[in-house]
Amino acid sequence: MPALHDYLIVAAILFAIGAVGVLTRRNAIVIFMCIELMLNAVNLTFVAFSRYLGNIDGEIFVLFVMTVAACEAAVGLALMIAFYKNRESIDVEELNLMKW
Amino acid sequence: MPESIFFYSVATIAIISAICVITCKNPINSALSLVLTFFCLAVFYVMLHAPFLAAVQVMVYAGAIMVLIIFVIMLLNIQAETVKKSAHGVVLGGAIGFVILCETGYLLLSGAISESRGPIDLALIANIGHTELIGMAMFSDFLLPFEITSLLLLAAIIGAVVLAKKKV
Repeated sequence: MPALHDYLIVAAILFAIGAVGVLTRRNAIVIFMCIELMLNAVNLTFVAFSRYLGNIDGEIFVLFVMTVAACEAAVGLALMIAFYKNRESIDVEELNLMKW
Repeated sequence: MPESIFFYSVATIAIISAICVITCKNPINSALSLVLTFFCLAVFYVMLHAPFLAAVQVMVYAGAIMVLIIFVIMLLNIQAETVKKSAHGVVLGGAIGFVILCETGYLLLSGAISESRGPIDLALIANIGHTELIGMAMFSDFLLPFEITSLLLLAAIIGAVVLAKKKV
């Protein structure tokens, strides 16, 4: 029977992997996928705590996180399409107009 | 004992596919690995006696968001990355990720879980059903955030349509 700590450690590892992906990759869509990975790690933490503390509030919050992630996916991908129309590339190194 | 083996194998698959997400050069391979990670997380939700959330996870994340991402990858025809990454950047990113992992691990393992438990236990979930429990909480205590979420979805729809138009 996995204890609460096991779920939390798996969630922490997934969050750290997502953070490394956001910091390392250059493709904007892959960065977005790593952000979704971090959100899912947080969802796993919420559901684990909700189960082990006998409260339903954690799972309600997971539903809201999923809704916000879906909205963010729609708007973020539309933004990337608009960016691609401008620059013909999806590389985040091209976002350098405000660099000194 | 077999539940521990099952948990560790699913956790290993989830972590390996998450590492594939951040290391694959082709973004389609990253997207498919992320779908596998989402399925592993849905298995975790079932093990945590939250089957409604497992179904919603598969439908929303693996079924809608990942399909949207693969649409956009194919629409923009994004090829595999050919530019060689700088070794300094990768090492620095890896170091920051390792620091995040150590901090989070320390915070998780150094605290003790408080013993105050709420009313939702396994008997109640088996009796009433998980979906009805979420419904009872969502439409009584969390009704206002639920309605605000509908406004957020409306704003997201309008924003997505406007941002991707040819002529505004």
